[in-house]
Amino acid sequence: MPFDPSPRDWLEPTTKFAAGRWSYSAKPKALNTLGFPNPRDWSPAEPDWKLPDNWKEIILQGLKERMGRFRSLRIFMDSCVRCGACADKCHYFIGTGDPKNMPVLRAELLRSVYRGEMTLAGRILGRLVGARRLTPEVLREWFYYFYQCTECRRCSVFCPFGIDQAEITMLGRELLNLLGLNINWVMDPAAKCFMTGNHLGITPHALKDNLEFFVDTIEEITGIRIDPPINKKGAQVLFVAPSGDLLAEPGIFTLMGYLLVLHQSGLDYTWSTYASEGGNFGMFASHDLMKSLNAKIYAEARRLGVKWILGGECGHMWRVAHQYMETMNGPADFLEEPVSPITGTRFENARTTRMVHIAEFTADLIHHGRLRLAPERNDGYRVTYHDSCNPARSMGLLEEPRYILGKTCRHFHEMPAETIREKTFCCGCGAGLGSEECMDLRMRGGIPRAEAVRAVREKHGVNLLSCICAIDRAVLPTLMERWVPDVGVAGLHELVGNALVLDGEKPRTTNLRGEPLGGGVA
Amino acid sequence: MPDHGPASLGKVAPAACGAWRLAALRMGVPLLAATALILAAWTAAGSAKAGFLFGVVLPYGSLALFLGGITWRVLYWARAPVPFAITTTCGQQVSLPWIRSSPLENPHTRWGVAGRVLLEMLAFRSLLRNVRHRWVADEGSPPRLVFRASLGLWVGAIVFHYSLLLVLLHHARFFLDPVFGWIEGISRLDSFFRVGSAAFFLSGIALTAAALYLLGRRVTDPWMRHLSLPSDYFPLYLLLGIALTGGMMHYSTRTDVPAVKAFCLGLAALHPGTLAGVGPLFHVHLALACVLLAYIPFSKLAHMAALPLSPTRNLPGAGRMIRHRNPWNRPVPVHTYGEYEDEYRDKMKAAGIPVERQAP
Repeated sequence: MPFDPSPRDWLEPTTKFAAGRWSYSAKPKALNTLGFPNPRDWSPAEPDWKLPDNWKEIILQGLKERMGRFRSLRIFMDSCVRCGACADKCHYFIGTGDPKNMPVLRAELLRSVYRGEMTLAGRILGRLVGARRLTPEVLREWFYYFYQCTECRRCSVFCPFGIDQAEITMLGRELLNLLGLNINWVMDPAAKCFMTGNHLGITPHALKDNLEFFVDTIEEITGIRIDPPINKKGAQVLFVAPSGDLLAEPGIFTLMGYLLVLHQSGLDYTWSTYASEGGNFGMFASHDLMKSLNAKIYAEARRLGVKWILGGECGHMWRVAHQYMETMNGPADFLEEPVSPITGTRFENARTTRMVHIAEFTADLIHHGRLRLAPERNDGYRVTYHDSCNPARSMGLLEEPRYILGKTCRHFHEMPAETIREKTFCCGCGAGLGSEECMDLRMRGGIPRAEAVRAVREKHGVNLLSCICAIDRAVLPTLMERWVPDVGVAGLHELVGNALVLDGEKPRTTNLRGEPLGGGVA
Repeated sequence: MPDHGPASLGKVAPAACGAWRLAALRMGVPLLAATALILAAWTAAGSAKAGFLFGVVLPYGSLALFLGGITWRVLYWARAPVPFAITTTCGQQVSLPWIRSSPLENPHTRWGVAGRVLLEMLAFRSLLRNVRHRWVADEGSPPRLVFRASLGLWVGAIVFHYSLLLVLLHHARFFLDPVFGWIEGISRLDSFFRVGSAAFFLSGIALTAAALYLLGRRVTDPWMRHLSLPSDYFPLYLLLGIALTGGMMHYSTRTDVPAVKAFCLGLAALHPGTLAGVGPLFHVHLALACVLLAYIPFSKLAHMAALPLSPTRNLPGAGRMIRHRNPWNRPVPVHTYGEYEDEYRDKMKAAGIPVERQAP
């Protein structure tokens, strides 16, 4: 029975790791590249984690420092009343039934140590006030549960004090990173991003090859050969996409959609091989690493002399762009306030950070009648839309994608209201938890999303789950295959790319996937 | 792959949840503590030093602890910087002029932010969103995950906090002479019904009922029972003790109200009087109230002051529009474009990608 909380006191650490619910440790090479502490070969499954002797001192010192730097941490440590409103808001709790996946208890894992080590009442009254000391077992438990949170922020929507488990997880992981307790699925892409500019380690010439492959495919389908500029100095706009879209299906179809819209709009833009990543796995390790990886975007915009930045469809990328980028690496005074040269629209909401979401850009084009659309080309799809967590809860990008879907698809159906917009459910694999080895966790965490898709599949025959996040595109196909077979996954701009009529194009016989038009997902 | 499909997840067994012995301990210890306080106050009421203890130490001591403690606590929170604008956005952002934004759920102005915080403080906006998940099994088909609005906690919390406010306002009559007209008015409305000769205060009953509900859900809901700590039960016991003794004085035992009022007016005027002739129930009532007051800043009850400082709620959602400064923003290592080009220059040139320099 998965729904059986341990009869034990939750103050007792959980040290037994369930199979398929934890990720492999980071390789020393990645930590060396990034200058992170304690690079070594180790495994979370082993009893010896090869920690420095003064590990406890390091953590407590780190916690104290962060209490001084983040008001959020002070408030979130002190103000929870354990009302339980957040308890079943977490997809991992719904999927695993593990009580420590209730956001309140995940936060208490850290709070209990804060009370036990740093407050007078906690030191005297101990368990009566939910306080405990930091022990090696508690540390193991932190590792297990801080890597069972996707920082999706759904709990924080329902909390009457706005306590944000994502913030606690981010800071908890920062503490773990002080001891070299990190996972390879985060640190390896972060190290690659540091060196090559993107998580996948795509080198500049390979990036060009990939783009050329997409250009060829687009030519086959539309008869139009487009020429995406790379590292072009003096372009008006720098375009930054999540690198996942360069490599694997179905992300590559989304990328073809970007190429088509950017070509047809006539925007003077450029790709960059150096700032070739919008996503930011640094966010899943520490604020400093987030800043370090993000710095490339403004640096490249400055070097190329662009006026503003346009960003592709990615989830946590937009959390960083919307809530951290300008604070960390700004001011962006070397850029101009973004104005669409095609419609003349001034993107007021991006006037400081000077980075525009492609859904905002495309919605504006469509609204001004600048794109000719043939939505019937998407008739094979009955589409629903997954609000990707970060654009929904850390930005509020809710209507733009829906407007675009309404103009590019003729069969669109919303999932149940409790599972969309600010209440959207995570794919179950965000924040670096998309590895093969934690598949059990992924499939369980994805259950609420999958169930909502199943509901519209049964009611409306939905066969395509659209989204605006590269992680979604990477992981949702596996989730659908497991729980709701026959539902495909597509980025928003794939559907735009299908519907968009290019000037002078030949009659299309297939969609961007090469499937006959009107066919739909198999 | 998990072995359990949604089918097996549907079978929730609340009976198997939680360990009663542990829970009983967590509920019992604070109950003992509250009982001990009551007995101590009852006993002390008859002692020679009662006047000093109840007339000076408890009221002024607890007030000092409360004021000093809450000031210290709020300053402690406020002293830490807010490095990033980590607003949780719960509605449409402000973006293109033809898209309607949610000025209160995702504010981009000061007024919007103020409105959002006020809605949260006065109407418990976020609790109003609450939904609970449930697996529903129809005949012959696999169970479905469904959600239904769950307003119990919101109702309980609203009734609890507002009736507490009313009860506190009624108590102003003991400290003021004459009593403000508007307080009189509220009291008259609240005590519209009468029980015998005593005014029947709806707020007192509502407060007790709400406190019992909040206690009850911690005890009966297996998940709440699992996560609740002694420090969650203790303030509820104190409050129930206060409400109970207050109710007993008001409705059944004969309490010398003029003497109590004289005592309270003395407290307010910093001329503490005596409690001669006032029964031990009042002493218990007063002692519990003082303990609760002093307990606030050093416990989760400080939550009332935390909300307006909560960075996910008190900042605008328009992160790209409004500049947010981080006072400790610090340099981090960066892999520069120059270093990058040095590594890939030959390959970039071979691929026809423009470079800054032809050689290192």
